[in-house]
Amino acid sequence: MKVALFIPCYIDQFFPDVGGATVKILKKFDLKIDYPLEQTCCGQPAFNSGYWSEAKVLAEKFLKIFRNYDYIVSPSASCTSMVRVFYPEILKDENTKEITAKFFELTEFLTKILRVESTEAEFNHSVAYHDSCHALRELGIKDSPRVLLRNVKKIKLLEIEDGDRCCGFGGTFAVKFPEISTEMAKSKVDNIIKTGAEFVTSTDSSCLMHIGGYMSKNGVKVKTIHIAQILANF
Amino acid sequence: MKETYTPLRFKENALRFIQDEKRRANLNRAIHHTLSKRIEVVSELPDWEILRQRAHDIRKEAIENIWHYIEIFEKKATENGIKVIYASDAIEARNQVLEIAKRINAKLCVKSKSMVSEEIGLREFLEENGIETVETDLGEFIVQLAGEKPSHITAPAMHKSRDEIGKLFAEKLGVEFTSIPEELTRIARGFLRDKFLNADIGISGANFLVAETGSIVIVENEGNAGLSTTLPKIHIAIAGIEKVIPRLSDLTVFFKVLGRSATAQRFTSYVSLINSPRGQKPDSPEEIYLILLDNGRTHLLKSEKLKEALYCIKCGACMLACPVYQTVGGHSYGWVYPGPIGSILASAQLGLEKATPLPFASSLCGKCHEICPVKIEIHHILVWLRHQAVEHKRTSRTEKLIFKLWLFAMKDAKIYKAGAKLLRFLKKIGIKPSLKAWSRTREFPQIAEKSFREIWEKELKN
Repeated sequence: MKVALFIPCYIDQFFPDVGGATVKILKKFDLKIDYPLEQTCCGQPAFNSGYWSEAKVLAEKFLKIFRNYDYIVSPSASCTSMVRVFYPEILKDENTKEITAKFFELTEFLTKILRVESTEAEFNHSVAYHDSCHALRELGIKDSPRVLLRNVKKIKLLEIEDGDRCCGFGGTFAVKFPEISTEMAKSKVDNIIKTGAEFVTSTDSSCLMHIGGYMSKNGVKVKTIHIAQILANF
Repeated sequence: MKETYTPLRFKENALRFIQDEKRRANLNRAIHHTLSKRIEVVSELPDWEILRQRAHDIRKEAIENIWHYIEIFEKKATENGIKVIYASDAIEARNQVLEIAKRINAKLCVKSKSMVSEEIGLREFLEENGIETVETDLGEFIVQLAGEKPSHITAPAMHKSRDEIGKLFAEKLGVEFTSIPEELTRIARGFLRDKFLNADIGISGANFLVAETGSIVIVENEGNAGLSTTLPKIHIAIAGIEKVIPRLSDLTVFFKVLGRSATAQRFTSYVSLINSPRGQKPDSPEEIYLILLDNGRTHLLKSEKLKEALYCIKCGACMLACPVYQTVGGHSYGWVYPGPIGSILASAQLGLEKATPLPFASSLCGKCHEICPVKIEIHHILVWLRHQAVEHKRTSRTEKLIFKLWLFAMKDAKIYKAGAKLLRFLKKIGIKPSLKAWSRTREFPQIAEKSFREIWEKELKN
């Protein structure tokens, strides 16, 4: 099985440990993984802002790089949805879907392709799980991360009230409409605080960057951690 | 309110609403109440997803063959004695109503709830022409008294608390203050009864137009639509051309999904199927007119992407479910149809130059699509509209330049790496590029000591 890793640009630069954790998990299941160094960004920021011809350039580049793998795995549901759901929208090439269908978010890859329900990790903390909108509504990822988290030893997994509500990130939306975006973050953080959790986790570092950014600005003590970093704790 | 009631002022309207804690609390209480009840009445139907798909399929069939079904509808309705008139835009539609009113020398119109009449500004127009026009839906009546616009399409006064309504009634109707809902309803009813009995014309919208039978279908809860369409001698219904559905039996699907989605009801209290004027019957108007309004709808029909927005049955569920609408309220959008579906309709009907902020005013979370009873991919259409905005140069030059530079860096991993190196160097010498729009309310993460790709090459590769 030829597996390639796609590490989103912002994870590459800001949260490299998430990438490291992803590698550690995949290696545990005896996978030979490759990380093509020509990769950069999936193009989502441009696509969501309406700059489709710019996004298209990156989409074509992406497909060229990842064409010959059996699977492409990424610790980001957001980028996965960009590739799987939106590439076919901007690329008219008939073969697009053949390649994009092989792209999986980490937790769905583990549970649906490898059929693994536990990484034998241990995490002695209370953790609230945040559904990213792209995971939940574009890709239908709801159970995979929860199954894996529930099987982490010593973890206390908590659900957030109104958990399917957006944290307000939304890419450039967060800077185009900062006040609205911040109000949405506030509602989310209020509900996170209510769980009493020490950590909040998610399949997406982008949501966590937004939630975490709001929390540290406002002195909220809850810490953010990407799900890969919990699952790699073995 | 009038100067700020435009999509172009969305941002400042939104800011004002965010700071108005009382209004937000009113709105969110009402939304929470409806949404939690909705979960209950939807979960009773195990085949909800099948119903949604069926509703989608019927609407698709209707819109794909719209002129065919309109032709059948018109033929049937005309046979039944309803006078069908086309109006290509708001001006035409308003003038047609005025012409009928002038012909019979009408002094008083009663109106039941109709968003299309809001869309064409009918009430204001008739009043300017000396015809007293009274909203008879309780919510609309409240907004009319307050001199405001509806903030939601099925719950027009949802932004108001009962205290505010009590004060409004006391001030405008000269009654004693009360905030008891039953009392307030009784006051409105007393005031309106007289209007119903003396009205020359009843104006309504339409929820569906059934091609098979030529029927105008109206669902409602207060009985005011029933009264508006039966008591006056003349009934004028105004409907967008997209309201047509093929068969009478299709209503069984829509009745199940519409009430549940709009007001979390299993069924609305009243349903009127209006087929013909009085003739030999004792209880219908002498004349019924149906104005079929285009007002930009054929523009939507021409686009494969936008066409789907015409499937909308105007339930307003996408507004309630939208976290942006919940935060900014309906008035901020500055257009008769607010929220996610409204952002599409505004862009298409008013043109992007008059609605540009709206497609961008969404985090694209997809809640609108998830709740939509006819499964419109609202959030995907919004992204497409953003693309249209860029294509038509509706975004700033600076932004365009930023994306050009961004693409330059992302196109080639070597340039990307060099850019990241530059950022690390700047950090080292103490310069941290900051984005105020983000960092006023949120910390921005620090660039890591080493990027993942460096770690991979040095440590993980083997």
